[in-house]
Amino acid sequence: MTTTTLAAAPAGRSPTAAALRRFRKHPAAVVSVLFIALVVLAAIFARPLSGHDPNAIDLLSARTGPSGDHLLGTDSTGRDVLSRLLFAGRISLGVGIASAVIAVVVGTLLGSIAGLLGGWVDGLVMRLADVFMSFPSLVVIVVVAGILGPSVLTMVIAIGLFQWPVCGRIVRGVTLSLREQEFVLASRATGAGPLWLMRKHIIPAALPPVSVVATLAVAQAIALEATLSFLGLGVQPPASSWGNMLTDAQSLTVIRSEPWLWLSPGIAVALTVLAVNFVGDGLRDAVDPRSAS
Amino acid sequence: MTEPLLQIKGLSVDFRTDDGVVHAVTDVSLAVQPGEIVAIVGESGSGKTVTAMSVLRLLPKAAEVSADAIAFRGTDLRTLSAARLRAIRGGPVGMIFQDPMTALNPVMTIGGQVAEAVLLHQRRPDRKAAWRRAVELLGLVGVPDPAERVKQYPHEFSGGMRQRAMIAMAIANDPDLIIADEPTTALDVTIQAQVLALLRKAQAETGAATILITHDLGVVAELADRVVVMYAGRVVESAGVRELFAVPRHPYTKGLLASLPRMDLDVDQLDPIPGNPPNMAAPPAGCPFHPRCPLARDRCRTELPPLLEIGVGRSSACHFHDELAVTA
Amino acid sequence: MGAFLVRRLSINVLVFFLITIAVFALVHKTPGDPIAMQIPADQLNSGSADFIAQKRAELGLDRSLVVQYWHWLTNALHGDLGYSLLNGRPVTELLGERIGPTIELMGVGLLISLLIAFPLGILAARRRNSWLDYGATVVSLGSVSIPVFFVALIVIYVFTLKFQWFPSSGISDPTNPGLLDSLHHLVLPALILGFGNSGPFMRYVRSSMITELDADYVRTANAKGASPRRVVLRHAFRNSLIPVLTVIATNLPQLLAGAVVIEQVFAWPGMGQLAVSSVNQHDYSVIVGFALLIAIIVLLSNLLADVLYTVVDPRVRLR
Repeated sequence: MTTTTLAAAPAGRSPTAAALRRFRKHPAAVVSVLFIALVVLAAIFARPLSGHDPNAIDLLSARTGPSGDHLLGTDSTGRDVLSRLLFAGRISLGVGIASAVIAVVVGTLLGSIAGLLGGWVDGLVMRLADVFMSFPSLVVIVVVAGILGPSVLTMVIAIGLFQWPVCGRIVRGVTLSLREQEFVLASRATGAGPLWLMRKHIIPAALPPVSVVATLAVAQAIALEATLSFLGLGVQPPASSWGNMLTDAQSLTVIRSEPWLWLSPGIAVALTVLAVNFVGDGLRDAVDPRSAS
Repeated sequence: MTEPLLQIKGLSVDFRTDDGVVHAVTDVSLAVQPGEIVAIVGESGSGKTVTAMSVLRLLPKAAEVSADAIAFRGTDLRTLSAARLRAIRGGPVGMIFQDPMTALNPVMTIGGQVAEAVLLHQRRPDRKAAWRRAVELLGLVGVPDPAERVKQYPHEFSGGMRQRAMIAMAIANDPDLIIADEPTTALDVTIQAQVLALLRKAQAETGAATILITHDLGVVAELADRVVVMYAGRVVESAGVRELFAVPRHPYTKGLLASLPRMDLDVDQLDPIPGNPPNMAAPPAGCPFHPRCPLARDRCRTELPPLLEIGVGRSSACHFHDELAVTA
Repeated sequence: MGAFLVRRLSINVLVFFLITIAVFALVHKTPGDPIAMQIPADQLNSGSADFIAQKRAELGLDRSLVVQYWHWLTNALHGDLGYSLLNGRPVTELLGERIGPTIELMGVGLLISLLIAFPLGILAARRRNSWLDYGATVVSLGSVSIPVFFVALIVIYVFTLKFQWFPSSGISDPTNPGLLDSLHHLVLPALILGFGNSGPFMRYVRSSMITELDADYVRTANAKGASPRRVVLRHAFRNSLIPVLTVIATNLPQLLAGAVVIEQVFAWPGMGQLAVSSVNQHDYSVIVGFALLIAIIVLLSNLLADVLYTVVDPRVRLR
């Protein structure tokens, strides 16, 4: 009965259109897309929007609350919190996207190699994935940053490297199921190379599920960056990041009397990560209708 | 005739899906007399399992069930409270499912599961007595060394032994009605015969009426008193087993019989019905069987044939059932 | 069962050795003389050149990298992780006194996360697509999305500064010690850690329960006349535990990540706080010791997952 109902789906309704239709049924995901667009625009136009140099120190107006001149107040050295927040958005989004790209590239490569070659290579890659998955990335990056010294590049690479296994497993699964299918066998018979197979068959088939994990990877990377910077092991001052803007707030006096210092970057990172996760969640239901019901 | 044990009237079941409403069962009526074995026959997707599951309200929540009557011994099962329905499930009505591998709980011992069936219907729950009864029941259904094997898990049982355990659960509380959904389909051919024999024995000993759901006419010939043939969610023919096998009065039944391997014919002459069952979200107009029917003509494409009484205890939903009576 | 565990154990041991090589490579990348990490600072400062050269030979530091690795590894496996560059105390001792508070925090945090995840996950699975299900999804996404340190700051603002209900620093009050005082200090950090980890657990419980509730044996239990409560708790729940327990065990190290941050914010004297302060003060020998400890914890968690798997699933147990 299932096959007959599938065959009966009205013609002209492409999978993409159907996925879009299902995605739009998620109000939270749709609102999140708009919110993320807003965050991206704010980060791009940080300079004209802020009206202040994010690193301009003005000790005379240090630790002032929100006012007409400084909408979100100033920090302990009199820097404008709003402009630091906007510029920090660039770093957070950049780190998030760059790490997700690394994770997807490494995952796609290793996953399709494992799936195409099979045998001991497959076993080795999957075991490697298990090992990476079972280590808490934050703790490992703390150790690595402790020995190599904190740097944004190290952080991006490390976050990306710890996120590849999810993507790798999906691509491997897709590759394995494709290998069974006739048209791939046919293209192999005509002498198609593995790279051609990847581009023509594996990547298009893996794209929907991978887009879901890539989105979730972006969210996780933004949260990780903020946490590491909060601990002083990520983005180093004077550059601002949503995480290191909260580092100052580790004293009770700041928490009590200068809430604008920690509330705005905290809310920024929480809402952004939440929005990206909502989009990922909506994408998952859109791409894989079975997971929704 | 006495009051039927089970009476279903005008049963329809719809499922809402992304591709529209699927009419799994449409306007099915069925009566089972005490002690009789009624077989419901049809291809997969014909609505026979859905019909049986709707009796004890075991369909998933997505199913929309409507019926003029579903009555067991005169009790309306449609509106019965959940608690009173549970007293009937596994009590006077026992069920046997198709795949004994997945129908048994993998992390519970066989004994635990059989004893649970007993325990749930004891007036005063007594674990020890339930366990003793479980051992007794397993012995009854032919599980060797039951006192030891009660402690084993389903994966330690063979397929046939698992189905015996399922039957033990179904007859645990001396039911008046057993609903068996494809009880032998998942089993090896040699085991099928043993399980069928056991079913017949269980039926004879308990005197329970049985609804036997199957696509296997061989099973029907061996066990059933009466046959209800379903196609595309509707009853298309119903008759006593001898009459039906002798003179099928619906082209679908005739096709099913022709596709049955027979001793007196060459295997090459096996004659399956051409085509596929219809898409239930968009069934064809007129008679649902007309696209596959050798007798189909214009009237069949526009007019749905009603299920009409065509003799004593037999009915057919074909415009041209008379022709079949002659040709056969 | 035995063969399965032996295979898993041998894989884990192999992985552990690979990780020690990676850690040793990191040690080699540290600035400064490796001998400083392996003998106490006062001996290093007061010792004669001969003494240091002798130590160097003992530790194999004048030999090849392989020999150095071997010396380092055997010492580490005997519990000798070198000495703090900062205060000269043995690293094993430093880590040892920090493990207790971390285990306490993680244990209670885990308990809280399970107390949130199991009821919510089961309810969400039973009432799929109800407002309760959506609510549970939002809670779980929130727990994954809102960084632990931000939750901690909000909680401190509300419960320490506004209401003054709970302390926000340390593990106990030296002027007023006791069980009640310890619990009082534990409440906020453990709650935050528990909340932060409840999201993923809840989703696993939910999806695993959904799979099991759709299983054929659940229909069998219903057909026997079992109550919904019995069907969920006796049948579906026990089956759903098989994957969920494994996931929880493999996720224990993730709990440690949350603990690192929370210990920092709440000045909780655990391993995480030690690690972060050692990183900030470039105390490499302590960082390396911490790294090895993490590797051990991860591998033990994996092993625990394997053992749990064999215990809860009779199909594996009896193989």
